[in-house]
Amino acid sequence: MIIRRFDNWPFDGFSGGVSELDRLRQDLGRLFNGLPRANGWDSPAGVYPLMNVSQDSENVYVRSEIPGMSLDQLDVSVTGRSLTVTGERAIPDENSNVRYHRKEREAGKIRRQLTLPTDVDNDRVQAKYQHGILMVVLPKSEKAKPKKIAISG
Amino acid sequence: MTTQTQDIQVRDKREVKSDAEQTIPGRVFSPNVDIFEDDQALTIVADMPGVPSENVSIDLRNDVLSLSGVPSVSVPEKEDYVLREYATGKYFRQFTLSEVIDQEKIEAKLNNGVLRVTLPKVGPAKPRKIEITEG
Repeated sequence: MIIRRFDNWPFDGFSGGVSELDRLRQDLGRLFNGLPRANGWDSPAGVYPLMNVSQDSENVYVRSEIPGMSLDQLDVSVTGRSLTVTGERAIPDENSNVRYHRKEREAGKIRRQLTLPTDVDNDRVQAKYQHGILMVVLPKSEKAKPKKIAISG
Repeated sequence: MTTQTQDIQVRDKREVKSDAEQTIPGRVFSPNVDIFEDDQALTIVADMPGVPSENVSIDLRNDVLSLSGVPSVSVPEKEDYVLREYATGKYFRQFTLSEVIDQEKIEAKLNNGVLRVTLPKVGPAKPRKIEITEG
């Protein structure tokens, strides 16, 4: 017969109860923060808007779904390796005699900072907003680009 | 102290599980909507980021309004993901309408990923007051 035991299980007496719970919470936190989620998605930063970042040999691409913005409400800036997106999403009021049945869309401030995976050429960063998606193209700095090394035989 | 505008909170996209299997595989999400009405019309505003106007379809039959949209942007294959916080996929949502809608006058506008559908009600929808006489 195989008896499988958890560490410190069973805990002794009531005094251990709280710390046991803490430990469990820590373990769970580590599990969810450290590993990619089971479905292949990274755990979100918990800050709106969510971002998808990809790269090829030339550029880093940052995409974000922020529907219903106008360009003057959205600011993108790059400092060093840090990309900042700020703005405010406004949902204009309808005339006063409408009755709302559902109100799921949110208005409010947008503030998100992201650390880029490589150094980028800050002067050549371009941002585009189309169909409610913000896309920022950040050309990699020369020293961050992959170099092909010739092998001599 | 209260601030006038608050930060927008992150919410995961809600995935739609449909009964029928899809012919084109991919994930389907339920767009966030605002729905409101006045005496003249019912209006539905839906967030569908990434969807161009030619990929939106609005269908009303048997009092069921279906909104669907397919995003046009996809990540080219040569790009590798570094961070993936949101999933992309089609948008789909259905509503059963309790009002009689003037189908000819339905209007839809798409602006920066926000779809706005105006469904005018048939006839003057004035509340009719019924007089009760005693006797």
